[in-house]
Amino acid sequence: MNFTLKIWRQKSPDEKGRFVTYEAHDVGSGMSFLEMLDGVNQGLIAKDEEPVAFEQDCREGICGSCSLVINGIPHGPDRGMSTCQLYMRRFPDGAVITIEPWRARAFPIIKDLVVDRRALDRVMQAGGYVSVNTGGAVDGNVLLIEKDQAETAMDAASCIGCGACVAACKNASAMLFVAAKVSHLALLPQGKPERTRRVKAMLDAMDREGFGSCGNQYECEAVCPKRISVRFIATLNREYLRAGVVESGLPAEPESPHAESA
Amino acid sequence: MKLDPKIPAGPLETKWDRHRFSEKLVSPNNKRRITVIVVGTGLAGASAASTLGQLGYQVECFCFQDSPRRAHSIAAQGGINAAKNYQDDGDSVARLFYDTIKGGDFRSREANVYRLAQVSAQIIDQCVALGVPFAREYGGQLANRSFGGVQVSRTFYCRGQTGQQLLLGAYSALCWQIERGQVTMHPRTEMLDLIVIDGQARGIVVRDLVTGRVSIQTAHAVVLATGGYSNVYYLSTNASGSNVTATYRTWKQGAVFANPCFMQIHPTAIPPGDEHQAKLTLMSESLRNDGRLWVPKMAVDHRPPGDIPAEERDYFLERRYPRFGNLAPRDIASRAVKTVCDEGHGVGPGGQGVYLDFADVIERQGQDVVHERYGNLFDMYNRITGEDAYRVPMRIYPAPHYTMGGLWVDYNLMSTIPGLFVIGEANFADHGANRLGASSLMQGLADGYFILPYTIGHYLATAKLLPVGEDHKESRAALQRVTGRISRLLNAKGRRTAASFHREVGKFLWDHCGMSRNKAGLELALRSIPALREEFWRNVVVPGSGEAFNQELEYAGRVADYLEFAELLCHDALHREESCGAHFREEHQTTDGEPMRDDTCFAHVAAWEYREHAVPILHKEPLAFEFVQPTTRSYQ
Ligand SMILES: Cc1cc2nc3c(=O)[nH]c(=O)nc-3n(C[C@H](O)[C@H](O)[C@H](O)COP(=O)(O)OP(=O)(O)OC[C@H]3O[C@@H](n4cnc5c(N)ncnc54)[C@H](O)[C@@H]3O)c2cc1C
Ligand code: SF4
Ligand code: FES
Repeated sequence: MNFTLKIWRQKSPDEKGRFVTYEAHDVGSGMSFLEMLDGVNQGLIAKDEEPVAFEQDCREGICGSCSLVINGIPHGPDRGMSTCQLYMRRFPDGAVITIEPWRARAFPIIKDLVVDRRALDRVMQAGGYVSVNTGGAVDGNVLLIEKDQAETAMDAASCIGCGACVAACKNASAMLFVAAKVSHLALLPQGKPERTRRVKAMLDAMDREGFGSCGNQYECEAVCPKRISVRFIATLNREYLRAGVVESGLPAEPESPHAESA
Repeated sequence: MKLDPKIPAGPLETKWDRHRFSEKLVSPNNKRRITVIVVGTGLAGASAASTLGQLGYQVECFCFQDSPRRAHSIAAQGGINAAKNYQDDGDSVARLFYDTIKGGDFRSREANVYRLAQVSAQIIDQCVALGVPFAREYGGQLANRSFGGVQVSRTFYCRGQTGQQLLLGAYSALCWQIERGQVTMHPRTEMLDLIVIDGQARGIVVRDLVTGRVSIQTAHAVVLATGGYSNVYYLSTNASGSNVTATYRTWKQGAVFANPCFMQIHPTAIPPGDEHQAKLTLMSESLRNDGRLWVPKMAVDHRPPGDIPAEERDYFLERRYPRFGNLAPRDIASRAVKTVCDEGHGVGPGGQGVYLDFADVIERQGQDVVHERYGNLFDMYNRITGEDAYRVPMRIYPAPHYTMGGLWVDYNLMSTIPGLFVIGEANFADHGANRLGASSLMQGLADGYFILPYTIGHYLATAKLLPVGEDHKESRAALQRVTGRISRLLNAKGRRTAASFHREVGKFLWDHCGMSRNKAGLELALRSIPALREEFWRNVVVPGSGEAFNQELEYAGRVADYLEFAELLCHDALHREESCGAHFREEHQTTDGEPMRDDTCFAHVAAWEYREHAVPILHKEPLAFEFVQPTTRSYQ
């Protein structure tokens, strides 16, 4: 197969970028999208030209490194997968494919298709953890956790931190990312003691980092490689309301109904 | 050089407790003034950095990815072992210890392995406390499954994403310590050399991968948690960034390297396709709990699998190893796959593959059960191959996966350079000649959460550590080594890409130092690698500059190290005139192809010392077995 690629090239953060056209020849249909790009890069390197910079590491959809907007869609045309899981058999022979980086205020471009996503780490540092010291934890079976509850927590915890949700959102909101972490920990007994502080701190950090607010358009869910459900955004909103109630000194409900609805 | 493993005396069961009690502690006030460098944020590095931060040390933590959460550990699928005996199926610390020693084919240290089994239970508790959503039973208890090579159910898991969840747990602990100011995180920063001053590890040279700036970071001690080197084979199941640079360059500064040839080839990866392929994808070992491996009895049989009747199928693992069947340990299963393929029974392109068939379990328990257990793996397989494994059997083939070898460490996880500690897959310590499934995550977290934080304290409390700085002559010399190398790479301006050299050296190793090895092949490799390396430095092309974001420069530096390290691997494989665990020397096998171990001559750790322009020097750490008797490891 052969493809025409329009790839965003930008030498450095301050320089203006532009699309450059490349031809990819003799691409096997069993090749992954990234292997196809490797091929283009090998050709450039052999000519002592700078290869296209892009991120990847695990190449199996779990590390969250890969991050390409393909034909306008973060992670490309298929649902529930990351860029590295996309194979060329998905494209018709001769197709023209545009490739761009994540675009969001909170993700400045470093080079070509590589962006700086440290803002997501800083949101995590604001509260995406259980403050527990190493050592002295009680036996893992002391607190029983309903199977369904554990499964729902696991659904939320599957987020790979890729940032596609941000790239897909008109407001460049990180709501789905934050919702996934807040819900994962709020659903488990271990995360409950800090839930009030956590939700506030993470949402504040999200604003501080320049992510926008949620416009309820659900583009995030559509591109999420782990199919994180927007229902977790509802959980996040309820956690936020609950935190407000707790902080005002009124009693929050003894056991939250959020779990079931998440 | 004498290798002193510093194993505490006394009964196995109490060594670690007594050792911990006799260790000196650093007073809380002094901890504030001590800086520790941790390189790596996988399970080992993230758990160590967060725990050291929590204890009050100032931690400087490094990784080459853009976020610590992306370390290669994230990709582990199957699970983590712990001797909890929640299933009441006869598990215990002693049994986990014994399984690990035996699984490692009696080439690991008893004291280390026993300690690993002891702390395993605590790891699960710690992870649960951090909010790791382990699989649960209907009654709410933690669920377990059994995993390759053992007969008890002691593996804890989070669907097929156990590594992800354990790493995110450790990463969240790290986030907390970053927020508290105890850990300073340096993502996108690569360690390129070690600084040794007055015989002690006192810092590292790093390159900021965004700006290209090379700088010096000094500290009171250095911890390497930089993972394994399977990628020396070019194609492996590891993330593409995993590499040998940190440990290899440290080796050149005097830390000895142990058992480099102990290289685990995992039996169940998706078979290789064309030459553009960049990596091999692992299909979790847990699939062997329910899938059955087979090949057509007739060689070069091109019928579709469904057309081959049962009596014309060879369920070769069940046939050769009736007691363990499809759950035979990795090394044994991989070799058995290679044997049937070499004899012409392989299926799929190039005859490199065997079937992993789920028809029986689907018939017995239904597709839903299989979907619940392995849904994401079946999806992954479908995406890559375009085939539906609920209908046609999967095809699998062995792939380089994990490195038991690594930098030599003593019982305290300290290398031969005082102040340099090595944890996780980067060290050689616990798995002998073969690692059991679900034991690496266990070891990484054992080292990082529960062992290193104690043992490093003793060193810091007792070592005499003078102030050192960036302008020390050893710091400058290390910096110069790094900048010199970078400009050599950029100035070679040849015609071949680094990847082409990587592919070539990888293929060489796979052919001559892979699943089976012989003297002639290893000698050929040792003659050929230097020539390839020489060509690399003459003919490699690396575009761009060193003072900017330059992924090809990073990669070329790693390939340069593979080209040297490959030789060390072959030296080690050549010296070990026996077959043990993953190391199979064709000269040493029984008439029916089973490996022959030689305890009289080779019950030792082979630890290699670097010599400039000369063959490395071999040191031997004898392995004494006081508590278990080495037996022939039979799974038949
Ligand atoms: C596909 C797959 C599945 C697996 N499944 C299982 C399983 O189910 N159970 C199990 O027990 N084990 C499993 N393993 C093995 C296990 O995942 C690894 O052995 C383990 O995660 C290694 O952890 P680590 O912390 O030692 O290193 P890694 O996770 O490899 O981390 C290395 C770290 O070091 C950093 N680093 C490396 N070099 C440098 C440098 N020069 N400068 C700066 N930073 C550097 C990296 O950025 C990274 O942060 C699996 C492995 C693979 C490949
Ligand atoms: S929520 Fe989905 S899209 Fe957003 S960071 Fe997580 S995995 Fe990526
Ligand atoms: S490269 Fe890891 S998720 Fe794509």
